[in-house]
Formats: sequence, C-alpha cells, structure tokens
Amino acid sequence: MALIKDGSLAEDSWRTLSDEDAVIGNGPIIISFERWRDGRDALKRHNGPLGIRMKSDQPPALIADDIDRFHLIALEFPTLADGRAFSYARLLRERHGFKGELRAVGDVYKDQLYFMQRCGFSSFELPAGRDPNDALGALKSFSVVYSPAADDATPAYQQRGKPGGK
Amino acid sequence: MYQYDQIDHTLTRERVAEYRDQVARRLTGQLTEDQFRPLRLRNGLYMQLHAYMLRVAIPYGLLSSNQLRKLAFIARTFDKGYGHFTTRQNIQYNWPRLEDTPDILQHLADVEMNAIQTSGNCNRNVTADPYAGVAKDEVEDPRPYAEIVRQFLTLHPEFSWLPRKFKIALTAADHDRAAINVHDIGLRLYRNGAGEVGFRVLVGGGLGRTPFIGKVVREFLPKDDLLRYIQSILRVYNMEGRRDNMFKARIKILVHEHGIERFRNDVEAEFAASEGEPLYVGKQEEARVRAFFAPPGYEKLPGDEPMLTAKLASDAAFRGWYERNVVAHKQPGYTIVTLSLKPIGAPPGDCTADQMDTIADLADRYSLGQLRTTHRQNLVFADVRKMDLFELYQAFTKLEVATPNYNRITDIISCPGMDFCSLATARSIPVAQRIAERFADLKRQNDIGDMHINISGCINACGHHHVAHLGILGVEKNGEEFYQVTLGGSSAEDADIGKIIGPSFSSEEIVDAVESLVEVYIAQRHSGERFLDTYRRVGQAPFKDRLYGAH
Repeated sequence: MALIKDGSLAEDSWRTLSDEDAVIGNGPIIISFERWRDGRDALKRHNGPLGIRMKSDQPPALIADDIDRFHLIALEFPTLADGRAFSYARLLRERHGFKGELRAVGDVYKDQLYFMQRCGFSSFELPAGRDPNDALGALKSFSVVYSPAADDATPAYQQRGKPGGK
Repeated sequence: MYQYDQIDHTLTRERVAEYRDQVARRLTGQLTEDQFRPLRLRNGLYMQLHAYMLRVAIPYGLLSSNQLRKLAFIARTFDKGYGHFTTRQNIQYNWPRLEDTPDILQHLADVEMNAIQTSGNCNRNVTADPYAGVAKDEVEDPRPYAEIVRQFLTLHPEFSWLPRKFKIALTAADHDRAAINVHDIGLRLYRNGAGEVGFRVLVGGGLGRTPFIGKVVREFLPKDDLLRYIQSILRVYNMEGRRDNMFKARIKILVHEHGIERFRNDVEAEFAASEGEPLYVGKQEEARVRAFFAPPGYEKLPGDEPMLTAKLASDAAFRGWYERNVVAHKQPGYTIVTLSLKPIGAPPGDCTADQMDTIADLADRYSLGQLRTTHRQNLVFADVRKMDLFELYQAFTKLEVATPNYNRITDIISCPGMDFCSLATARSIPVAQRIAERFADLKRQNDIGDMHINISGCINACGHHHVAHLGILGVEKNGEEFYQVTLGGSSAEDADIGKIIGPSFSSEEIVDAVESLVEVYIAQRHSGERFLDTYRRVGQAPFKDRLYGAH
C-alpha cells in the first residue's frame, strides 16, 4: 500500500490497529469507530496522536462531539461506487471544522482522487498494485472548477466576476 | 444560446484528456472491463447488445446548426450514418468503436458539446421545456437556470458517485412538456401570490420498476437559493439513499420509504445549515448567463400573414401539417414548428446524417440557426416566420420530417428495445412501427385526436410506458415476447401512472388490442375528450370488457 499525503508520496507514520491489538506505547494509532465507541476509557491512557477509521455507513454525526480528540480521520470507500464519504468529508471540514489529516482508505482509485481532494481529503491510501506516481498526476486532472467544495478553488461563477477572470 | 468561455473550454478539454487516458489504460489492459465500466459510463459510453453506444448530452435540448452538423459528421465518420434522439433530449450513436471515442469527444468539445455524465450514477443532462423562451404560456425563460444548474453539477466533486442516476428537468410554462413530474427533481418556475417568481420543487418522481409521481418538497423557492437547495437534496440523498439494492437506490425510493415529511425535514435542516455558503452565482453571473438567452432581434411582423392564409385555403396537405405541427409563438408573425421524427414505419427518434445536415441548413435559413430536441423524440424549429412556413413545409416534406402527427397516436415514444439494448426483454421498435402502420391514415389519426402511446422493451421503462395514455411494456415469457398494456398515464401537468388493464398480449395480438381500445374510446367519448379524458371518466371496465370479454 502506498500513501499520498499533501500532494506527494509519503511514508505512513500511523499504525492501524485491529480491535484485538493492544494499545502499546504512544505512537500514532488508528482505531475503528467501534473501538472508540465501546472502549474510549481504555484509550485515555494513550497519549499519542489518535486516528479513527469510519465505515461508509458511519456518518460524521456519530463522532461530532469528539472531533477534537482525533488527529486523523480515515473514511472508508468500500467500493468505487459508494460515494457517501465524499459528503462525509465535506461535512467534517465545513461543518465540524476538522483540521487534521483526512484520509481516504479502501477501494481508492486515481480517477476519484481529484474529487476526494476537493471534498477535503488530505491523504490517500492506495491499495497494492495501483501506481502511486500515476495517481499523483490525477490530483491535477482539472485546472478549473464549476462548484465550490471544501478546498479553496474558486468556482467558475466567482472567477468570472473577477477582473481579468474568464 | 449559451457560449463557452475559457473556463468551459478548459474543463471540457481536460475531461477529454482524462477520458483518453482511461481508454488507453483499458486498451492496454491496465484497467479491467469491471474497473473501466463506471469510468466510461460517466462519459456516456455504454456496452450494448452488439456494440458500444455513445450518448451525447444536448443540454436542455438546445442545438445550434453547427452543432447539428458536427453530430452529422460524427454519425457519418464514426457510426453507421445515423443517430437516435432520446426522451431526455440527448442523441445516441449505436455503433462507435471504443478506440474512436476519445476523438469523438474531442470533436464534440470543438463545438462546445460533451458526453459528460450522460450515464452512470451521477447527475445527468438537465432537460427543459423544448418551447422555452418562445412559449406563450411561460412566466420566463427557464434556460438560464438550466445552464446554471448544468454547470454546478458538471464534475461536482461530492455528487459524482450517487446511489443511482439523477435527473433534473425544468419548465416555466403552464403546460408541462418536460415531464417534470417523473424526474428525480422537477422544477417549475412560477409566480406566487406575492408576485414573486420562484421554483416549485418536486422530488422523487421517476419511472422504472417502481414508478412514482414527484412530490412537492418546497412549494416556493426563491431563485437565488436554487443551487443551495439542490445541494441540500443531493447531500441528503447521497448519504441516506439505499446502496444495498440497485433497484431501490433511486431517490424516489428514499422519499417513499422515509415519507415526504421526513425527507423534507432532512432537506430543510441541511438547507438551513448551509446558510451562508457561496452557492448563489451572483447577479453578475446570472445576468451574463441570461444574456445568452435574450430574445433574438425579432422582426416586427403582422400577426396575420395573407400569403399563409391563402396557401392554407388552397393546399389541404399543408393545412393538415400546419394545424398539427405548428403552434403559436409569443412573438406576432412567428411560429414554433415540430419536425416529426416519427415517419410511419421508421424507428421513432432516428435521424440520418444527411437529414441532420439539411436540417442544419434549414435552421440557418428559417429559424435563426438553432433547433431543439424534445422529450417526445422530435425536433423543434422555435423561431419560424409565418411567411416562410410553406417553403419550410416543402423542404421538410422532401426530408421526410413533415409527418403531421405531433401528439397523435403515431407520435410514439419508444426505447431502442431488444434490437439494441442489452437490458431489454422484448423488441419495442417493431411494435411502434406496426402500430404506426395500422393508424397511418391521417383522417383517422385526426379523428382519434391527441393520444400518447409509449413503448418500453423492459421494466426499466426507458420508453416511459407508465406515463402514456396507452402504455405498452414488452416482457419475456418462456422465450416469447408479450406486451402488457397500461391505461391512464400522463407525463404532463395532469401526471399519473397508468394502470395495467389485464393479461398481456402476444406480439401478433398487440396491435389489434390497441385498435380495440381506440374503438372503445371512439364509442364512449364525449365531445372534446381525449382518449385519456374518456378513460379517466369511464374507468377500466369498458376497455377491459372489450379486450377480455365480460367476466
């Protein structure tokens, strides 16, 4: 698996724990939503950065009150076709004010990276066998946008109003 | 009409480049067919029974003559010399080769067209009243809003992987020619009691296996809130819509299962939460887009044209065409003309490359260089001077697009059916052809009056059979084609889903069955009643008795 973060290839400093793995030390760990929900007290002793991994049927509302506790939120794309996390990402950024690393995980295709980035994802975990260099190029598929999203791209209708726009 | 600026051109060009890369990955095997499918679909490319099919978007059905020439060129160069106009105002090519499709898209981009999102589980072509801007019964031209919505939803980062496809239609007229009641979102511009113009927003209409008429989610929406409200609906749908079963994934099922009250509450809550987001395009952009649709410099003409009056008196065939295929225009001295793509015995909606080229020339000469495609799979010249009608009629006759059957029993909507489509379970075009042949006599058609027959070759209902006055659904039983008949549907302002009249008919029986139903109508009708009106008044019984005998 390769990781793209903030527009370039990166080493993954996070360890994703299964629900059975013990929490040892204070390194950055990613736990499941279920583990957070059912055992958050046990995690209080973990002083390192904490990440949470949400499935595509687990909307941000479930962790709305705990957003500040997470340095990373990983949203799962179980298949290419399941686009719920595009909305979740925007809500996390635009409504819940999440400033940490927002990571796309699961069946992540280069053909969706551009849209994911616009919805607020800052890192992408590519499944084995998908060329990360090829994927990097896809982040720049389009240089203009029609609609506003979680990024700072100016939609066409605002671009046109600017002096020298068009 | 709308013209691309640098931004529109850049986006379309970049989309072609992205697609070209995807096709290359497919051809070299980097993408499997399974991986390629959702990507090609977003560029309008389907795999059909015999070949790929490419669907090209015609935004709200508006075409320039140059665009039509390009469509003719594509039909001739990359296909078998014809195209097929669809119920959603698009055009389909039935025989392109995969390796040619990036070039086809580049050709389209050259004339400000594309095939973006004409398939796949995303926002499809925004459709509208084909008489927009010239209809006498509209409050204002809805096309500027159609264009604004088109842009907003093109390559939308959040709403490109919805549970299922999503279709939006607009009208601003009293008479609904855009079938807004059977769209995922139907928008009607109207003037409310306070004198303000805004949208009535319908949601959850649709056909397919489980047909529904749209429900009002917002009675009056100020125009400036249009994009924000659409975002709210799409966000609720994207998060809540079912993804466990493709047949229950359309928004109509969500609205049905949650109920319109709960759905409305969710949408309104999201709408309230999005207050302040920069989703109004601004007065300046709105004015810029509206200017593209400003009324052309019409000539000041008298309402009456003596030459036309004389011709109508002396030429009965011309009069028959005029009375049927020509309707009033808001501007005196001008008319709106339907080109029938339903000549008796031909596949509904088909048009050859040669016809397209000639139609483009005629549009330049007689209709300000533009034309429209319609939900009923015909074409429209929207700005024809009365003084030109006879000449145009003669040209149309030569071109075989002057069949005077607009809204008549032979103006049949039909899906491609099993002759092309891999989903179909029965043929539909041959049934349409046989019905048209049976009722070819014009006098008889005019006696029957307005009547909509729609035919679908499977339960996906692309032929809109649910909303026909007389709908026909092809089904397969033990390897044989059968046809189920529904009565009483409509896609207009009196929208309703038709009801199945009884057991289905074999391919041999179906045309006789249609004729029997028409005979019942003729016998039962009151003066001024259409087939639909009589059916709605007398109910199923007399029709059923005639078809199946008294029980």
